[in-house]
Amino acid sequence: MNSTILQYDVVVIGGGPAGLAAAVKAKEYGLNVLLLDENDYLGGILPQCIHPGFGIHYFREELTGPEFSHRFMQRVKDLKIDYFVKARVLEIKNYSDLEKIVVFTSPEGAFEVWTKAIIYATGARERHAFEIGIVGDRVAGIYTAGEAQTLMDIYGVMPGKEVVIVGSGDVGLIMARRFALEGAKVKAVIELMPYPGGLARNVMILRDFSIPLYLSHKVVEVRGKKRVEKVKVMKVDENLREIPGTEFWIKCDTMIISAGLIPQVKLLTGIGVEIDPATGGPVVNDLLETTVPGIFVAGNSLLINDLVDYVAEQGELAAYGAKLFIENGGIPAEKWIKLEKGNNIRLAVPHYLSGKRDVYIYARVKKPMENVVLNFPEIDKKIRLPVVRPAEMLRIRLRKEEIAKAKDKITMEVIQQ
Amino acid sequence: MKTKVAIIGAGIVGASIARVLSRYENLEIHLIEKEADVGWGVSKANTALIHGGYDDDPDKYPMRAKLCIKGNRLWHQWVKELEIPHIWNGALIVALKDEDFDELERLLERGKRNGVPEMRIIDREELFHLEPNVNPNALGALYVPIVGQIGPIPAVIAIVENAVANGVKVHLETEVRGIKVENGEVKGVETNNGFIEADIVINAAGLYADEISKMAGIDYFEIHPRKGEYWIFDEGIPGPNHVLFPTPTPISKGVVVTTEISGHLMIGPNAQDLPKDYKDDTSTTRGGLEEVWQKAQEIWPNLPPRWKVIRTFAGLRPEPTGGDFIIKAEEEVQGFINVAGIRSPGLTSAPAIGYEVRDIIERDLGIKLKEKEKWNPYRKEITHFFMLQPNQINELVKKNPAYGRIVCRCNKVSEGDVLEAIERMKFIGVKTPSVDSVKFRTKATTGTCQGSFCKVVIINLLAREYGILPWKVTLKGKGSEIGIGDVKVLLRGEAQ
Ligand SMILES: Cc1cc2nc3c(=O)[nH]c(=O)nc-3n(C[C@H](O)[C@H](O)[C@H](O)COP(=O)(O)OP(=O)(O)OC[C@H]3O[C@@H](n4cnc5c(N)ncnc54)[C@H](O)[C@@H]3O)c2cc1C
Repeated sequence: MNSTILQYDVVVIGGGPAGLAAAVKAKEYGLNVLLLDENDYLGGILPQCIHPGFGIHYFREELTGPEFSHRFMQRVKDLKIDYFVKARVLEIKNYSDLEKIVVFTSPEGAFEVWTKAIIYATGARERHAFEIGIVGDRVAGIYTAGEAQTLMDIYGVMPGKEVVIVGSGDVGLIMARRFALEGAKVKAVIELMPYPGGLARNVMILRDFSIPLYLSHKVVEVRGKKRVEKVKVMKVDENLREIPGTEFWIKCDTMIISAGLIPQVKLLTGIGVEIDPATGGPVVNDLLETTVPGIFVAGNSLLINDLVDYVAEQGELAAYGAKLFIENGGIPAEKWIKLEKGNNIRLAVPHYLSGKRDVYIYARVKKPMENVVLNFPEIDKKIRLPVVRPAEMLRIRLRKEEIAKAKDKITMEVIQQ
Repeated sequence: MKTKVAIIGAGIVGASIARVLSRYENLEIHLIEKEADVGWGVSKANTALIHGGYDDDPDKYPMRAKLCIKGNRLWHQWVKELEIPHIWNGALIVALKDEDFDELERLLERGKRNGVPEMRIIDREELFHLEPNVNPNALGALYVPIVGQIGPIPAVIAIVENAVANGVKVHLETEVRGIKVENGEVKGVETNNGFIEADIVINAAGLYADEISKMAGIDYFEIHPRKGEYWIFDEGIPGPNHVLFPTPTPISKGVVVTTEISGHLMIGPNAQDLPKDYKDDTSTTRGGLEEVWQKAQEIWPNLPPRWKVIRTFAGLRPEPTGGDFIIKAEEEVQGFINVAGIRSPGLTSAPAIGYEVRDIIERDLGIKLKEKEKWNPYRKEITHFFMLQPNQINELVKKNPAYGRIVCRCNKVSEGDVLEAIERMKFIGVKTPSVDSVKFRTKATTGTCQGSFCKVVIINLLAREYGILPWKVTLKGKGSEIGIGDVKVLLRGEAQ
C-alpha cells in the first residue's frame, strides 16, 4: 500500500450535524479526532436547508440549517479539529475489536487511518422514483426532494414551474413551500397514507399556500417526451391497494419524489454490522455502539430523525461511547436488556440497554392514535400522551434505576386509554 | 479522389461500419446522428448479450444466422482492442418440462449448422452445479459457453472514439431529412445542418431505417417497434453466474435472468408489438414489467423484494418485414446501402455487419479499397476509479487532484473520471452536454441512489467545462434541460 498512514483515537465519518456534534464532543473529552466528509463543505444537508426550524431544543433558538451548522463549524475551528472535505471513505476494516482501519480518498491522496473507534454518521439517502414503483418515461424534471433543494439552495437553479410532490413528509412539505415561494405552481402533494407524513407545523404550509393534498393517493406513472409533461394519480384503499377507475392525470413539468429516507449503511454491512430491518440502520446498545465493537453510529444513518436536535444529541452520545470504549478497552456490560417492540410500535432505538445509565428511547408508532398510554409493562412505567403519529418521533427518557428493574427485556407498547 | 461515405445512424451498427471502413485510405467517412451523443437509439436499451448464434434459423433468416456467430467471434477481438467492458460467462437455456428437451435438441442442431462451437445439453446435476439457485424443478439445460455480455453504449462509444481517431467525422444533432438522388445515383443527404455530399449512403438508422429508405425511394419493407421491458436490482443481490434463458417459444427467446456486467441482477425483456408510429415510446408499463417479473420467476424463483429495484427501462426492437436483417446495395439507387431491420441479435452481429458492408462496397459497388498504411486498432478505456489500486490512486492524484474526489458514491466515480469523460465527449463532437453522456462513460448515477447525490455535481462540472450556465445542462440532449433558469427566474417573470 502506498497510502499515507495516519493515526487517531476516533474517526468521525460524515460531517453533518451528527458527525459535527460527535467530533466536537469527542475533542472536548480530550480525544484525538479526525472528521471526514465527502462534500465540498461541512454541515451535511444543513447548508441546503435554508428554512427555519433548527436547534429549538439544542440551542433554544430557532435557526436556519446554515446557521445551525455554522455554529458547529465555529466549534470545529476553535477546537482545531482535524478534518477533510471531499474525502470519501472507501472501506472500513475491523482489524480487531480494539483497532480499526479507515481507508479514504481525497484530492490530497489516498489515506489509511488507524483508529481505536469510529463514529459513523453518514446520514441517509432518499428513495427514488423507481423504488416506489412509478413507471413511464425516464425524462428530465424528476428529482428527489433533496436533489431539488441542493439545486435551488446551493446552486441557484430553478428546476421547473409546475410541480407535483410525491410524499407529504417534512422534506416534501418544505419543498412545496420552497417552490411556491419562488413563484412555481405547486399543483398537488400526493400522499399514499390516509394521514400526512410530516410534522403538524409543516402540514400547515399546504393551507398557507393553498396547495391541494391528496391523501390515500399515489403517483403511478409519469409521461413526457423530453421532460415531464404529466403524472397519473390513483386512489388507494385502506390496504394501500389501488382502486381501479380512480385514475386522473395532473399536468406538470416537474415531479419531486419525497418518499422517505433510507439510512446509508453500506460500509457497515460490509464488515458484518447487524441491521435492524425496521429502522434500516444498525442494531445498537445504549451508547449507540453497533454489533461490531468500537463502531458507533448517530443521526440518520442510525434511524431517520425528524429533528436535528436529536441528531446532535445522538452524535454526542456516540462520542461519549467512544470515550468509554477507549478508556476501558471495550464497553463493559454483564448483561444487556433488550428493548422489545409491542403494540403499535414500528421501531425503537437503542435495541439493548445496560441499566447503567439513563437512556433516551427514540421510537415511531405504526399508526396514529389519540389518548394513549405508552406502557413499559416489565418496569411498571406508563406515560400518557394525547396523541401519537407516525410522523412524530417519540423520545422517551428511561432512568437507569427503572431499566435495572427489568430482567432481560423491556417492552414498549401503545395502548388505548 | 476519395469516395465520400455517409453513414446514417451512430448506433452499434453505424459505428461498427464506420470503424471497419475507417481502415481504408480512399474513403472519407461521415457518421451522422440525430441525437446529442452516440448509441442512444436501439443500442441503448437491450439485454446486452453477445449471443451464441444457435437461435437463428438459417433457412428463414440466413443473414441473422450467418452474422450472429461471425459477430460473436469478432467481438472477442474487438473488446480487447477497444477495451470494452465485457464478460464471457456462457448461457444456459433451461428446460422445465420434458418436452423442452425436444426444443433444446433442435437448437443444438441448428447451432451446429450455424457453426457454433462447444454447445451441449447438460443434465439436472450439472445444471445445479453451475447454477445452484435456478428453479429447483429444472430438468437440465442447453449449455452455450460462447455467450457473453458487454456494455452496449460503452461499446458504441469505444468504437466511435476509435473511428474518430482513424479519421471518421461525426455529425451529432444532425438529422437526415432527405436523400439526394440524381439519375439513379445518390449524391448526398439533406440534414437540419445542411447538405452532406456523399457517393455512398449507408442507412443504419435503426428504428427509422424504413423512413430513410423511403427518402431514397425504396419502400419494400417496414420497421415496427417491438417493446421489451427490464428490471435492474440493487447491487449485492445474488444473481446467476450464467445468462439464463427459458426454453424459447416460436415468438421469443424469452425473459432472461442475468447478472449484468456491472454486477446487478437484471431481468427482461418481454415482447410487445407496438403500432408503427410508436417508435419513440420507450416508456415502461405496469403490464409489461409485471409480465417480465412472472416469467423471470419461473426460472429464478428467488427474486428480491420489489423495493430493491434501482431502475426499470424499456427498449424497442426494430422488427423488419420478413424478419431477417436487410443488408444490401439497392440496385435502383446506385450507392445506397440498406442496413435495416437490425433487430436482435444486432448487437452481436454488428462487427460482422461492418465487414459485410465493406464486402458489399467492394463487390457490388465495385470500389477497390486501399488499406491505410497506419491504422490504429486500439482505443484506451477511460480511467475508472473503482478499478484502481491505492498506489495508482496516489499517482493519479499527484498529477490531478480531481482523481481523489469521489463524485458518485455508489459506483465510486471520481471527478477525474468525469473530466475525462467530458474530454472524450468533446473529442467525438458532443455539443450539448448531458448527464447521460457522462453516465454512459463513467457509470455515475447508475447505482443504488440513481444519482440523487451526484447528478448535481456532474451538472456543475459539465457547466464549467462547457462554459454554460448549469440549468442549460441537459439530462439527455436538447429539450431535457436541468432547469428553467436561475432560482429567481419565475419571480422576475422571465421563464418561457
Ligand atoms: C429489448 C431489446 C433487447 C435486445 N437484446 C439484444 C441482445 O441481447 N443481443 C443482441 O445482439 N442484440 C439485442 N438487441 C438488438 C440490438 O440492440 C439491435 O440490433 C442494435 O442495437 C441495433 O443497432 P442499430 O445501430 O441498428 O440501431 P440504433 O442503435 O437505433 O442506431 C440507429 C441510430 O440512427 C439514428 N437515426 C435514426 N434516424 C436518423 C436520421 N434521420 N438522421 C440521423 N440519425 C438517425 C438514431 O438516433 C440511432 O442512434 C435487442 C434489442 C432490444 C430492443
